[in-house]
Amino acid sequence: MSVFWLVISGTLTGAVGPGISVLYAVYGELITERAGRINLGMEGCLLVGACFGFIATAETGSAGLGVLAALTAGGLLAAIHACLVINRDTSQIAAGLALTLFAGGVTAYAGRDYVDSIITGLNPIAIPGLAAIPVLGEALFRQDILAYVSYALGPILWFTLQYTRWGLSLRAVGESAAVAFAAGRNPALLQWTAIVLGGALAGIGGAQLSVGLTHTWSEGMTAGRGFIAVALVIFGLWSPLRGMLGALLFGGAVGLQLQLQALGAPVSPFLLDMLPYLLTLAVLAVWTGAASRAMPEGLKGILRTG
Amino acid sequence: MSAENLETSPNQDNHTGNGPPLLELRGITKSFPGPAPGTTIAANDGIDLTLRRGEIHAVLGENGSGKSTLMKVIYGYHAPDASKVSPDSYRWLGRPALPGSPAAARRLGIGMVFQDFSLIPALSVAENVALFLPGQGRMLRRRQLVRRIEQFAGEYDLEIDPRQRVDDLSLGERQRVELVKLLLAEARLLIFDEPTSVLAPHEVDGLFRVFSALKDNGYSVLFITHKVREALAVSDNVTVLRRGRVTATAPSRRFDAPSLVAAMVGAENAPPSAAPEPASAAPAVPKPPQTPPAHPPTTPEQTGGAQKETALEFREVSTGRAPRPLSRFRGTTPGGLNAVSFSVRRGEILGVAGVAGNGQRALGEALLGLEPVRRGSILLFGQPVTGHTVSDALKGGVSVIPENPLSDAMVPDMRVDENLLLAGLGRGRPAGFWLNRNTIANRAEAIRAGFPLTMAGPAAPVRSLSGGNIQRVMLAGELGQGASIFLAYYPTRGLDVLSAGATRRLLLEQSNAGAAAVLVSEDLDELLALSDRLLVMYRGRIAGEFAPSEASPQEIGLLMTGHT
Repeated sequence: MSVFWLVISGTLTGAVGPGISVLYAVYGELITERAGRINLGMEGCLLVGACFGFIATAETGSAGLGVLAALTAGGLLAAIHACLVINRDTSQIAAGLALTLFAGGVTAYAGRDYVDSIITGLNPIAIPGLAAIPVLGEALFRQDILAYVSYALGPILWFTLQYTRWGLSLRAVGESAAVAFAAGRNPALLQWTAIVLGGALAGIGGAQLSVGLTHTWSEGMTAGRGFIAVALVIFGLWSPLRGMLGALLFGGAVGLQLQLQALGAPVSPFLLDMLPYLLTLAVLAVWTGAASRAMPEGLKGILRTG
Repeated sequence: MSAENLETSPNQDNHTGNGPPLLELRGITKSFPGPAPGTTIAANDGIDLTLRRGEIHAVLGENGSGKSTLMKVIYGYHAPDASKVSPDSYRWLGRPALPGSPAAARRLGIGMVFQDFSLIPALSVAENVALFLPGQGRMLRRRQLVRRIEQFAGEYDLEIDPRQRVDDLSLGERQRVELVKLLLAEARLLIFDEPTSVLAPHEVDGLFRVFSALKDNGYSVLFITHKVREALAVSDNVTVLRRGRVTATAPSRRFDAPSLVAAMVGAENAPPSAAPEPASAAPAVPKPPQTPPAHPPTTPEQTGGAQKETALEFREVSTGRAPRPLSRFRGTTPGGLNAVSFSVRRGEILGVAGVAGNGQRALGEALLGLEPVRRGSILLFGQPVTGHTVSDALKGGVSVIPENPLSDAMVPDMRVDENLLLAGLGRGRPAGFWLNRNTIANRAEAIRAGFPLTMAGPAAPVRSLSGGNIQRVMLAGELGQGASIFLAYYPTRGLDVLSAGATRRLLLEQSNAGAAAVLVSEDLDELLALSDRLLVMYRGRIAGEFAPSEASPQEIGLLMTGHT
């Protein structure tokens, strides 16, 4: 019983930390996709965020400047994507993948002197009172500042999409750029905004990983989190709130794996690593009806064949 | 918006000519690039039109007569030819006001409902309306918006739930949403492009009642139709277009059906026996005298044996994905068939009525073997063929004239004669292994010669043809193959009145020669005139079956929209 409880509380505690960077990427991809575009360069945006956020923090000693650098790097990388797919009408799949590979190369080069260096970075701040709640307090309210911001961002994003004119315009563009244009909106501008904003959010997520969670930089440290985020957006049926759940699930899989490893359970960590992917695959297979109804019309040409 | 209703007091000043007209067009000309480089085609050629406040104005014309182009010029979507524009070309309330964009037209107070609505299916009614209202702060005030929509909808008896998603609405309901959208945006001139094409007959009556109510509140309505009856039903004035020119314009009480038909098709083409059925535009070309009325189903010259032979039978045929029991989004797969049973004998024409998208397309897909039959069976001349391939169907004597010839049955970049040959190739009648240009040309020429409609030359690539010309090539290819079972989708769509009449005659001839035909059409008049029996489809089911003589359009219309 007490072992079981330990695993549960340990998993929950461990779930939130690794989930935050993914959550930022989920938000970013979600904004992009609600505007009718897809950015498979999310992995690249996370990576440049992690790398340049770390470098800026290490050089200036200021984590705030680090986050700012990460945000800028992610936004700039996404701007390349926006330019390619909106202005040059390139394949979104090819552009996104190429950007991710490009980011891998750039960060390996730029970060080569920083591998294994350690910074102070962002540290957990316990929220007085809330942090004392058993299990949940430990899991949710002993995190760094970027985690708290991410908690708030989900509902804010949801509200923005549902209850503001800008949100409505963005959704309209994602559903039908032609109708939105006829209604006096500027589809290209709205999609540019969405893609760049999305990349910047993923950049922050990258910074959370290097500057906040691990305090280190290593080559390719995002390990596919950007791609997981793309899948989790589908898993969450393009809703920011369900997206939060998805990110928690991913974090939970990581947390559980660490707990089981610590206990010496005979399950390979490689198998556990697959958990979020397996869940997403299951969702894709089972929720097709719901997913195709929730999917923005503008994505259907890319994501669906029939 | 209540202010507007007060300001435009009903009617009194409208017909007395008090003040300038709402809209005045003088000499509107709009040309598009022609098929040959450097040439142009005038879709609108010196059109005049005057519209007063509180007037309902019908613009009548055949397909391609320039109606839609004119509406789009008024709505600022097309710019008229610059060389012909003067300050007098376009006056709004007496002032020159040619709008350079739809947004500019909307600012004047012009709203337009396009044929394929500009609504976003995934958004709610209220959200769709909000999208089109000019900026009113950053926040969406949903509750306020819902109230205003309900208020307008109530005033005109439009049943709309502002919270519903648009993709759950019928086409008629979507049209009402479009209308409310315009009213909320404070449009005073409401333009409707073929508004009745998506409606069942009783819904058409409803729409016309709404037009009258709008008129009483001082709105002006401009609507396009190609049906004479509709032009005469509610309008104060009618303008008839033919080949981009105004051939008649006058108060509607000065017109009757024959005079409007004459203006539509040109005096030289008007049917000599002044329109036998004034209620409809379709019979402008009457049924050929040699064919008796489609009743009784079999004609005397047929042998007793052939009379009874059933050519095509559907037994409880279902297609599409089975509805999943636990799905929140359950329901039949859109467009699929649901336990459809019917049979057609030789020499019989079976009409299929229904609003587009209620399973008509699946009929053809199942018959041709394009879509697997999930349950039930299809029989050709008594032989079950379920699970057959397209090639089997063609060899079995099936011929399908598809909904969209260009995308479904033709290779756009190939020449007319190559496409004609293609139609025969599938039936196991290839011209040997090698394609001999001469053989192809001879075959094509033979088909052309036997075909009563003027057709494009054999060397033209199909892509370069107009919709009507493509339809003619399609008809020539299919009707010329001597098939014994026809399934024709909207065979007269895009054709002028004369070609449409000839096409109907061809179908009747094929039927009299012993072919079985299934005719899918949105034109109830056409169906009633040609069919021996009539099916009504709704959501993939047969909602009713009639003999044309015992069916009233109202009754059929109710079945078409799911009322029983």
